[in-house]
Amino acid sequence: MQMVSLKRGVSQNMGFATAVLLLLVLYLTYNMMHPRGFSSAVAIQNSNETVAIAFVAMAQTLPVLLGGLDLSVGAVMTLTNCVASLLLNGSPAQILLGMGLTLLTGTMFGLMNGLIVVYGRIQPIIATLATGAIAMGLALLIRPQPGGNVDDDLGWALTNSVWDLADTYGFADGGDAWWLRPFADIPVPFLLVLFVAIFVWLPFRRSVTGRTVYAIGSAEGAAYMSGLPINRAKIAAFTLGGFFAACGGLYLAIQTSSGNADIQQAGAYTLNSIAAVVLGGTSLLGGTGGAIGSLIGAMILRVISFYFRILDIDPLLQPLIEGLVLLTAVSFGAFRTLRVKNQLDLFR
Amino acid sequence: MRMSISTENRPIVIASLFIVVILIAGTAYTLSTTGTAPLLSANYLLQQLQTGSFLGICAAGMMMVILLGHIDLSIPWTLTAAAMTATAVGGDLALPTALAVGLAVGLLNGFGVAYLRIPSMIFTLGVDTVLRGLMVAQTGGFAPQDKATPLMLFLAKDKILGIPAAIVVWAAVSLIIMLVLTRTGFGRSIYATGSRERAAYLSGIRTRSVIIGAFVVSSLCAAIAGVLLAGYSAKAYQGMGNAFLLPAIAAVVLGGTHILGGKGRYIGTLIGVILIVLLNSVLSIMQMPEAGRQIIYGSVIIGMLLVYGRNQRVTS
Repeated sequence: MQMVSLKRGVSQNMGFATAVLLLLVLYLTYNMMHPRGFSSAVAIQNSNETVAIAFVAMAQTLPVLLGGLDLSVGAVMTLTNCVASLLLNGSPAQILLGMGLTLLTGTMFGLMNGLIVVYGRIQPIIATLATGAIAMGLALLIRPQPGGNVDDDLGWALTNSVWDLADTYGFADGGDAWWLRPFADIPVPFLLVLFVAIFVWLPFRRSVTGRTVYAIGSAEGAAYMSGLPINRAKIAAFTLGGFFAACGGLYLAIQTSSGNADIQQAGAYTLNSIAAVVLGGTSLLGGTGGAIGSLIGAMILRVISFYFRILDIDPLLQPLIEGLVLLTAVSFGAFRTLRVKNQLDLFR
Repeated sequence: MRMSISTENRPIVIASLFIVVILIAGTAYTLSTTGTAPLLSANYLLQQLQTGSFLGICAAGMMMVILLGHIDLSIPWTLTAAAMTATAVGGDLALPTALAVGLAVGLLNGFGVAYLRIPSMIFTLGVDTVLRGLMVAQTGGFAPQDKATPLMLFLAKDKILGIPAAIVVWAAVSLIIMLVLTRTGFGRSIYATGSRERAAYLSGIRTRSVIIGAFVVSSLCAAIAGVLLAGYSAKAYQGMGNAFLLPAIAAVVLGGTHILGGKGRYIGTLIGVILIVLLNSVLSIMQMPEAGRQIIYGSVIIGMLLVYGRNQRVTS
């Protein structure tokens, strides 16, 4: 019985299972080839560089599940990055308030996106194209030049291992307590992403609102006729997307101690988030997939770029290889067309 | 008597009115600060439209793809790749080479979307990344030293009978697209496929060929814009196409084309481009910093769409 349900679970989540497998193979091989592989230092560095794109990919997942697309995630992340670079200093209470305000900024922006999409009845892709421009404008207002002032202790503690976190803030005997030992070498950024995924995404997915998001992506008309709260789910999806993007911006500010309102960078994050979502097994047509998959997708994208450091590849060829890998990965979706028995099923 | 405007023409009328508003507001500003009205001089307008023609040509191609309910995100690097190969080849073959690059990219995009059935959003994005990689590998990440050919310089900078040649090229492209959309079977097939591909297929339209055709037109337009832009700045450079993708989508949608396909007139796209170009030039006359520009730009798109771009409410 267990086997049957496992088998069915895998076959229903083919994309997700493939992504997990691909990530495992890629990352294990990477660590085996790395001269200092399987060490805490490598894991910390890798996870630090993955957090921002992972959060942005999770943010992109929700609008995609609705069957839409959010072209403002990169811009919202940049905006919150700039807000955080301004607020994360002073006393601990001030820092906490700053974090709260940063997350609130992103969440409010997501809420605005949701309201425009639901009550303005504008297609998500074009509405967020416009609000993305507005977010970039606000980010440039806040931070015309790159820079910032982020508390040093915070920056150190959250971008290293659990031991460093305990050491910096002096709990658990400065990190030497026996009960902390098993976790001491785990990178904090990895735990942060896991924390948000488990305590924000999973409960949302199980709620009526969350399931309505999936229902809308599958068949909006049917969801409406079944009496599901369509408007609430759409607004919630965009709001949560804004929150995830804000998490990314907040972490980027902590990691780099600065804010940078760079339009190119924001655009790159948005486009990479779409790629990560697709790699993670979420359908761009909506209705299937999830934020955990996008998390895996983002990790795959990053691990591929890690390879360039240990392999002796001409840096000039890197963008080409990245592009080819992306194109090949998404082309695997074409296998679906081979299995279709009725030509008509190919058309939406 | 109440004037009735068909729903298809409403965006076009409102966008045109907004262009007039922009012109009046800009002129009021310049009159109050310097006492001149440059915005209303034919020379200034022609100069603005000359720089706007690159966007206009990109938008023309983008519209064909959006009418199908797809999107072409590979425009920036198709444009750059065409410009770079054109300047690298040089001589008489520059222009045909650029068009060949456009044709190849378009066929690839069309193949991925029509036959492999990969969503255009992600496939064209992948093609864009690959093109960028090819160009970086080819040029070493620097602006190539090759200069634009005399023909490219002529097309971008010179005037034909007092009208900048770039505008003439844009007008020619517009005319062709307009004729194709309204007078040919291919144009009608695009509308049909964009409305409902399944129905179009069952009616005997070869929807795959239609999709490939539209992507080829889009890439060809991007290539032409690349040639002009390389001529305008006398050479090709990295990232020269980045500034055209989102404004091209915005122009098409502001002109009343439905982002999910099937609906829209080319004249609307034309007006959408002019709107964006004039808005940009008024903002630069006002010396608006980048931050304010972005905010106004976004607000205008949202505002205009709230007036006429709203979807039907879901009722069944």
